[in-house]
Amino acid sequence: MGETDKLTQSSQKTEANTAKVDHNFILSIANLVVEFKTRTDTVRVLDHVSFDISKGETLGIVGESGCGKSMTALSIMGLIPSPPGRLVSGSIKLGEKEITSLSAEQMRHIRGSEISMIFQEPMSSLNPVFTVGEQIAEAVRLHEKVSSKAAMSRAIEMLKAVDIPEPEVRAKAYPHELSGGMRQRVMIAIGLACRPRILIADEPTTALDATVQAQIFDLLGDLQRETDTAIVLITHDMGAIAELADNVAVMYAGRIVEQGPVEVILSNPQHPYTQGLIECVPHLEASPSTERKPLIEIPGVVPSLSDLGAGCAFAPRCANCFGHCLTNKPSLERGTSGHLVACHLYTEDHVNVHPTASPGTV
Amino acid sequence: MSFWRVTAKRIGYGFLLLMSVLVLNFVLMSLAPGDIADTIAGEMGGADEQMLAEIRETYGLDQPFHVQLWRYLSRVFVLDLGFSYFYNTPVTTLILEKLPATLLLVFSAQIVAIISGVVLGVMAAKKPNGLFSLSVTLIALFGFAAPVFWTGILLIILFVSIFPLFPIGGIMDVTLAGSWWEHTLDVLHHLMLPMITLASIFVALYSRLARASMLEVLGADYIRTARAKGVPERSVMYRHALRNALAPVVTVAGLQFSAVISGAVVVETVFSWPGLGSLALHSILARDTPTIMGILFCSALVVVVFNILTDMTLRLLDPRIKSG
Repeated sequence: MGETDKLTQSSQKTEANTAKVDHNFILSIANLVVEFKTRTDTVRVLDHVSFDISKGETLGIVGESGCGKSMTALSIMGLIPSPPGRLVSGSIKLGEKEITSLSAEQMRHIRGSEISMIFQEPMSSLNPVFTVGEQIAEAVRLHEKVSSKAAMSRAIEMLKAVDIPEPEVRAKAYPHELSGGMRQRVMIAIGLACRPRILIADEPTTALDATVQAQIFDLLGDLQRETDTAIVLITHDMGAIAELADNVAVMYAGRIVEQGPVEVILSNPQHPYTQGLIECVPHLEASPSTERKPLIEIPGVVPSLSDLGAGCAFAPRCANCFGHCLTNKPSLERGTSGHLVACHLYTEDHVNVHPTASPGTV
Repeated sequence: MSFWRVTAKRIGYGFLLLMSVLVLNFVLMSLAPGDIADTIAGEMGGADEQMLAEIRETYGLDQPFHVQLWRYLSRVFVLDLGFSYFYNTPVTTLILEKLPATLLLVFSAQIVAIISGVVLGVMAAKKPNGLFSLSVTLIALFGFAAPVFWTGILLIILFVSIFPLFPIGGIMDVTLAGSWWEHTLDVLHHLMLPMITLASIFVALYSRLARASMLEVLGADYIRTARAKGVPERSVMYRHALRNALAPVVTVAGLQFSAVISGAVVVETVFSWPGLGSLALHSILARDTPTIMGILFCSALVVVVFNILTDMTLRLLDPRIKSG
């Protein structure tokens, strides 16, 4: 499937999506701030992160490792390791319910039943000493008052739903007897066993080989259509984003730097970091007749969160950096393209301070 | 391979191991200078060459080595461990008389050590930097550092002299007349101090091990999965984590069985506990070869049996362990 096909498809998806969005968000996150205490100082790992998700929507969160994607997921689950982590301020609303103020016990009832999460490492994410059937059934029994027999038949049903052949037999298998792709299917079955409203998938295919990756993404898409579950897809695979996501949030150093509908972000990225991320994707369509473009990389590495300066965190790696970037943090504002971007190139300040540069030509 | 087939294989190996222990014991004992004839002669106040030769003939010591070995092995097969010249009793009778007391001490100490070690370790792992964890570490350090006999003597001073709560030694009060229930309680009362003494070293070992193993398991991805499913913290600890963390503790506990038995020798001496340990000590001092070999065989048997049991337990705990 070519890049353009993907884009048209996802733009159609978003049109359908905007039609049903009536600001009844099932998950609203506003100004989330999470800090970690280290021996010497306090590090802000999430800095005023905000986004909303409506029913059946897929939000893609992209960014390099260490930019706060997984931390955002763990905050929603109420699983920030604490200490040293702490949710400093902000709100997470599940429907109408504020969940940051819930007790540990109340939060436990939400985990697995209303919000579920699947992880990066299917090889080690299942408990080696229980059969996969037992592990799915456990999730069911934790949140619904059913007999163990009924829970087990639900487990088999779920295994069937995630396309595992011979589900009755596989339910009795131990995780080490299954392949990586199978195990990730089991993880998805656990995640969806209680029909949650939101499924957080934290790099669900990173550890799997390419053909299995596509299968898992197809499976997630199918299940989403059937159940209308909202998905938060955390990944650095732009292809997966193009295929699955309705909206995208690009994170860098604990902040969202660009956010908007997927077709806008992919076709007209504004933030130099987003542009870099998209350019990093290798293109297969280069034929002998067309010249192959060298793969472009973003120079430098993600800065350490403990010594971010006063300016934009991306400034040291940015080709368009100018004086203002080093002293002021850009805020997330609606740019010329109509979606949210946090970059001085698109603010009026920029035009005043640096009149010669023309935004967008990078 | 099925559970029982593997177990049968293990029992076969165990049998071969026991055979080699028997042969090795026999060889070692024959290599040692002097024999039972010298001892008997010594007891009688001296004897001449002819007398010694007669004694040797009576006990088959004049036969070639391989004949002696073969005789010994075939007798062991029918559980005849020979005759103790020192006690003037068959060794089998002697051991069967003392074995229950030792097994009682060793078992109770091992069980107490494993349970309390694991519980302490798990509790310490909940807050690895907390005060409780620190005190478990300190207790463990003390347990490692203190020699068993010293712990025993201290306990005697504390709980017999200063606070007379427990008897000073022995296994029961011979003057006690009462029902079997009162006798049982009396034995348990006598058992307390020696058991605690023997368990102290192993509690230290197991609690450290359980703590480290739990800490490692609690960082595993599947624990995060359990929490993400909404598993209550208690169940995360005892259902999801502990079963995975137990394997190293069970392995070491199985291997330590021989150490517990040798520890029992010291403890039995300190508390005059009438078990195999004191029997071993006396027969070594008396050069009572058949008894020593009988005891060695018996402890080898116990160790082999417990290694097999350890193996089976591990197999039940972790489905990933297949055939060995």
